[in-house]
Amino acid sequence: MRGLEATPESAGGQPEAGRGSQFRPRLRVRRAIGAVFAALCFAATLFGLVVLVVLLVDVWRDGAGALSWDFLNGFPSRRASRAGIKPALVGSAWMLLLTTLFAFPLGVGAALWLEEYAPRTRLTRLIQLNIANLAGVPAVVYGILGLAVFVRTFALGRSIVAGALTLALLVLPVIVISAQEAIRAVPNSIRLGAYALGATRWQTIWHHVLPLALPGILTGTILALSRAIGEAAPLIMIGALAFVPFVPEGPLDSFTVIPIQIFNWISRPQASFHQLAAAASLVLLVLLLGLNAVAILLRNRYSKRY
Amino acid sequence: MGQSLMPAEEAAASAPARESAGVLAEAPAMAVPGGAAPTRESPGPLFRSTSRRRLQERLIGGLLFLCGAASIFTTLGIVAVLLTEAVGFFTEVSPIEFLTGTEWTPLFVPRHFGILPLLCGSLLVAGGAALVALPVGLASAIYLSEYAPDRVRRVLKPALEVLAGIPTVVYGYFALTFITPLLKQIWPQTDVFNAASASIVVGIMIIPMVSSLSEDAMSAVPRSLREGAYALGATRFEVATRTVVPAALSGILASFILALSRAIGETMIVTIAAGATPKLTLNPLESVQTMTAYIAQVSLGETPFGTLEYKTIFAVGLALFAITLLMNLVSLAILRRFREVYE
Repeated sequence: MRGLEATPESAGGQPEAGRGSQFRPRLRVRRAIGAVFAALCFAATLFGLVVLVVLLVDVWRDGAGALSWDFLNGFPSRRASRAGIKPALVGSAWMLLLTTLFAFPLGVGAALWLEEYAPRTRLTRLIQLNIANLAGVPAVVYGILGLAVFVRTFALGRSIVAGALTLALLVLPVIVISAQEAIRAVPNSIRLGAYALGATRWQTIWHHVLPLALPGILTGTILALSRAIGEAAPLIMIGALAFVPFVPEGPLDSFTVIPIQIFNWISRPQASFHQLAAAASLVLLVLLLGLNAVAILLRNRYSKRY
Repeated sequence: MGQSLMPAEEAAASAPARESAGVLAEAPAMAVPGGAAPTRESPGPLFRSTSRRRLQERLIGGLLFLCGAASIFTTLGIVAVLLTEAVGFFTEVSPIEFLTGTEWTPLFVPRHFGILPLLCGSLLVAGGAALVALPVGLASAIYLSEYAPDRVRRVLKPALEVLAGIPTVVYGYFALTFITPLLKQIWPQTDVFNAASASIVVGIMIIPMVSSLSEDAMSAVPRSLREGAYALGATRFEVATRTVVPAALSGILASFILALSRAIGETMIVTIAAGATPKLTLNPLESVQTMTAYIAQVSLGETPFGTLEYKTIFAVGLALFAITLLMNLVSLAILRRFREVYE
């Protein structure tokens, strides 16, 4: 900002006085630099999007050919041409269901306590800080926790429940944080109105705060769950199988999920299996797209401004 | 926290309805329906349940507290699990060898347990990812916050965030089947599994983290600062780089550290694309192994419970947890301590 050093005379448009001073506006140069910089920043923004498109096109080109009803409805096979992802699809569905069941009530409960009940003590701040930190713990570490606690200590084995509990812990901080934001957005006048009519704290929350915050909570939860559905690392840790030639029927069965099936196929050297990995990736992406669409729909449909 | 938002008088006015003290004062009258002191007319059926309701309130409060405390148990669980097994590991391998050894060969003889090669792999990948993500993410943030018209931002920002939602196995596939062949065309000596390919893709994955958090920080810089700079004759570029970025620096730094911590903890991309060769190298075109990839590799194999190999997972996991925890704490502390509060 050379302009800052300008003396009043030079800026005042007296050329003969300005000549001798330090002031050189160089406006043309500065504007040129600005234009170049703006173009660079725009290019950087586009870079991310271009990569996204390239990635999607790449996966589509590799995998679309292998997509078929038999692929969706088939079992894994040593022969690429006959392999399918039915057990993985069912496994992922189980995982989604049970993870939601574990994580949603716990997460919303924690958010409610933090926003509506928690006294402003050191313990509350510690819990809040702790949740922020847990959100940054790598997924494999959750896998190690699941392996030691759920698989071994609770003796759940390498089962769907053990996997879902692990994923629930993984997504819990994300759910809590987004639910807190949604609850915080409910205006206080609504709580005061309920209290004025004699409602207890829980009645206020149950009948007024929660219904208003629910769309926001659901949006955050769905986004968190879509992360869980794409996760492979923690489930590899707890020992989800790579080759499951049966459809899991109960929560204590061993299982596989789509990301692990993809990983398994990528790890093989043959190109035909890579094609299957791409096809399974497409299925996974469509699934995530669906979940995200639901989340966006919820947000747009029910979001209210006060 | 919700209550803290209300003005003081209102809080005081609504207090009797909420605080248990207020409910307690009413309770005797309610507890004995039709007793000696029914000062209110017709305590209808709804009112009769007050004492039960009070109990219910207390139960619910306690239940919700337990939900909140669950996060503490998770952390304690992680620490306890990592520590107990790692202690078992360190009774057999000296911590000094673990921290300073330059060879990592726990799965075959002669066994060496020096974590430095794994650490080197993790840092190499994270460093490469930083080279991609920090400049691109920051520039995107500047564009979104300072240049983009509102309508454009509302489309571009969520679109960019899709990058963060792509499953990491799919990224791994992309690295192995797209980026690696690309690198091979430029540098033919590139290994099939190499650090460069993984770090580029990890970098792409964390771009939205950098751009989103940095943009939030820049959007929080008040308009008056920008207008002051404009009034002094600054161009848009000068406002962005010399006023807004410095004012938002704490938020930007915090986003950098968080993104790097995510890069160090990323598992699937590096397991798929970076290889399984722990070595001390700074050459990104070679195959390496990160801490996370090692943990995944061991759990993929048939390592029996309780063996030394099995315990290495926990020792390496402890190191990984410590590193990422430290980075997360630093990032949170920067945000808290150095945040410029404008109003």
